[in-house]
Amino acid sequence: MNGILNSVSINNYVLLAAILFTIGVMGVLFRRNAIIIFMCIELMLNAVNLLLVAFSALHNDPGGQIFVFFIMAVAAAEVAVGLAILVMVYRNFTSVDINVLNKLKW
Amino acid sequence: MQNLTLTQYGFYILSLLTVFSALMVVLSRKPVHSVLYLIFSFFTIAGHYILLNAQFLAAVHIIVYAGAIMVLFLFTIMFLNMNAEVEPHKSNLLKITAVVAGGLLLVVFAATLKGADFTLPAAGTSQIGMVKDLGKVLYTQYMLPFEIAAVLFLTAMVGVVMLGKKDLR
Repeated sequence: MNGILNSVSINNYVLLAAILFTIGVMGVLFRRNAIIIFMCIELMLNAVNLLLVAFSALHNDPGGQIFVFFIMAVAAAEVAVGLAILVMVYRNFTSVDINVLNKLKW
Repeated sequence: MQNLTLTQYGFYILSLLTVFSALMVVLSRKPVHSVLYLIFSFFTIAGHYILLNAQFLAAVHIIVYAGAIMVLFLFTIMFLNMNAEVEPHKSNLLKITAVVAGGLLLVVFAATLKGADFTLPAAGTSQIGMVKDLGKVLYTQYMLPFEIAAVLFLTAMVGVVMLGKKDLR
C-alpha cells in the first residue's frame, strides 16, 4: 500500500476534503463579489481532486488520478469562459456584484 | 499521546495551512489578497499530492493552477481595478445563515464519514503517480477523453474570444 496511507488514515483525508468543500460552499453563500465566488468554486473543485487522489492512492488505481487530470482541464476552460463573462458583465454594469445580476431571478 | 512520524507531521502541518489559507480566501476583504491566499492553498494541496506519491499531478497542479488560472484571476482583478474594498457588506443575518448552512453541511459530511468503511485490499504497484505509469494509462485506456479535452479547449477558446469582443457582428 502507499506509504503515507499506512501512517495517516484515509479518514483524515476525507475530513480535510469535507472541510475544504464546506469552506468553499460558505464562501459562495456569503460573498457578493463574483470573482471571489469563482475562487470558492475552485476551492471546492480542489477538495474533490484531493479526495480523488487519496482514494486513487488507497486503491492503487491510476484511474482516479486520470480523472483529476481531466477535472483540471475542465476547470481551466471553465475559469477562462467565466472570467470572460465577468469582464462582459463589468463592461455592462460597471460592477461584478452578484446582486446587480438579478434580471433572470423573477 | 503517540509519537508522530515525519509524514504525519507533514500531513497535519499541510492540512492546517490548507484550511487556514482557504478560510482566508473567503474572509479577506480585498480580492487581491484572496487570490494570493488561493495560490498558497494550491501550493499546499500540491504538497498533499506529493505526500500521496502523485508527483505528476503535483507538477500539473502547480503549472495549471498557480501558473495559468491564477494569472487569469490576477489579470481580471487588475483589469477591473478592484483592488480597493468596494464590496458592500451583506447583512449579518445572511452571514449567520451562510455559516449555519455550511456548518450543517459539514455535520452531514462528518456523519457520512463515521458510517463509512474504507478498508480495502490494496494490490499492485505504488508507483501509479509517476509520469511513466500515468502516461501509459492516459494514452491507452483514456485516449478518447484526452482527445475530446482538446476539442473542449478549442470550444472554450472560441467562446472566450467571442465574449471578449467589444461589438459582435
